[in-house]
Amino acid sequence: MSSNPAAVEASGTYLSGRRMRIYSLLGLCAALIVVAAVATSIGSVKIPLLTTFRILLDKLPFVDISPTWPSTIATIVLEIRLPRVILAGLVGAALATAGATYQGLFRNPLADPYLIGVAQGASLGAVVGFLLPTAWNISGIGIIPLLAFIGALLATVIVYALARVGKTLPVTTLILSGVALSALLGSIVSYLIISSGEKMHGIIFWLMGSFSMSQWSEIKIVLPYVAVGTAVIIIFARLLNVMQLDEEQAQQLGVNVERLKLILLAAATLITAAAVSFVGTIGFVGIIIPHAVRLIWGADHRFLLPLSVLTGAIFMILADLVSRTVLSPTEIPIGVITAICGAPFFLYLLRRRKKAIF
Amino acid sequence: MIELEMRNVTLGYDHHPVLEDISLKASPGEMVGLIGPNGSGKSTVIKALSHVINPRSGKILVDGRNIARIPRRELACLVGVVPQLPLLPSTVTAFEIVLMGRNPHLGLFQSESYRDWAIARQAMEQTGTEPLANRRVNELSGGEIQCLLIARVLVQETQAILLDEPTANLDIGRQVEVLDLIKNLCRENKLTVLAALHDLNLAAQYCDRLLLINEGHIHVQGTPAEVITDKNIKQVYGAENCVYTHPVNGLPTVLLGAHRNKPTGR
Repeated sequence: MSSNPAAVEASGTYLSGRRMRIYSLLGLCAALIVVAAVATSIGSVKIPLLTTFRILLDKLPFVDISPTWPSTIATIVLEIRLPRVILAGLVGAALATAGATYQGLFRNPLADPYLIGVAQGASLGAVVGFLLPTAWNISGIGIIPLLAFIGALLATVIVYALARVGKTLPVTTLILSGVALSALLGSIVSYLIISSGEKMHGIIFWLMGSFSMSQWSEIKIVLPYVAVGTAVIIIFARLLNVMQLDEEQAQQLGVNVERLKLILLAAATLITAAAVSFVGTIGFVGIIIPHAVRLIWGADHRFLLPLSVLTGAIFMILADLVSRTVLSPTEIPIGVITAICGAPFFLYLLRRRKKAIF
Repeated sequence: MIELEMRNVTLGYDHHPVLEDISLKASPGEMVGLIGPNGSGKSTVIKALSHVINPRSGKILVDGRNIARIPRRELACLVGVVPQLPLLPSTVTAFEIVLMGRNPHLGLFQSESYRDWAIARQAMEQTGTEPLANRRVNELSGGEIQCLLIARVLVQETQAILLDEPTANLDIGRQVEVLDLIKNLCRENKLTVLAALHDLNLAAQYCDRLLLINEGHIHVQGTPAEVITDKNIKQVYGAENCVYTHPVNGLPTVLLGAHRNKPTGR
């Protein structure tokens, strides 16, 4: 066996990079918990951080803290703020993961979760939901998220069917059909908005995204999609690395490229659709978080994907915190915040590291 | 030990056939060279034998089994390919590219083990690429990348290796090193090797058997002495009177622009 210094050093560097990324993963897990707890304690009603922690800890199994707080405070923390924080985290994680997946799958740095029609499909569904008579609302979920979800999936299925050539799915055709269908759906959405009269304000707010209506019931619906979809994507992370070569080499290295594309597209689309349906088409997170992660920790998808999950969640919780506190009691649409806070940070990262990132 | 075979295979893209009714065979321990002019279909044969494209008719057999029925991962454990200078993602290091050769040997829930790293290290040593290990591939030259791809195919531990112009970007020293390495592996481990080669002199020196393809058909096949003759070279490449006998090893050698002094008789 070899004891060549350069080769030993090679796997040494490889290993130390790995170790650093594993520590980062653990660190981000801890950061996520802290950020979530802090975000829960901040809001229009001031609740001390310590009280918030105690209320949250009390809810954990096997922990029993005698309440020293009024029950209204507990309600604000547990029924209003906590679901909002958790939903924001879930949506951030989902969009960042889907973005990283699409970028890897399409080998294109401009790819984002909305590239192949999800956002415009969801928007059209949601706008139709707004325009329907309120009597159509199904108790519990509401007609708007349901139609948004259906619209998102329908748009992607149409794009997929259009892009298919024989038994293969060429990536360029997929992107182009996605862009074309998005343009078509976008124009229909614009027309509907203009003719929507007094509902226009609500529609535009939905399109820019908001977590103001977050409830536990929504988390129960979104969580399974995001958890299962993200797990599936992470399982295939090594194959996604091999796909970075090109499809021909990936096949010659044993990857069933067409099946992998189908699985990853389905998983990424489902988590995006689930995330977007309740909170609107929040932009920017899905494209910028994966790139930021890639700049800091490298392009190995086995780390890129889980690190994107955590970074996306933390970023979205902070963005939502800003959106509800800065101009309180008015809320700034979350899409505005993600771009205003995210873009400068991303540009800073981009300037700091001048290496090729993709 | 596996055999690669094409039986009456027609290959092409869309409605444009590249090769028609081709039959060929490559056996363990044998190094077969694929020669022919630009666009004659050398790369197409390699793509078909690695199941990147499907034949329009005919059968392709790997170890006697129809290639279309072998799952991709299993096929990649049997047949490895050194592609013609591909674009590689710029963010990846040389070591990571080589390590990807282990992919077909890993299950979905597995990650590379110390053993896989050791295999990758050893292959980099054999190909003289170990000083490049930590470099990103966008900093490397064409020749360095070509050596990495050869290291990768060694890491893949296949019984058959297909090479598409493996020496196109190498200096003459490296050309000899790489082909010596492949030839040795072929002999010692009884590998089945099929190489598309541009350089007729290297093809004659290293291959046991040559297939000269032209205009969609196998023009001629046989030993280098049978294939590389004045007549065949003139018919396929249009170059006249350029085949000589190598003064040391007696193999045919192509030398351009020397025909005035060529002794008669050959």
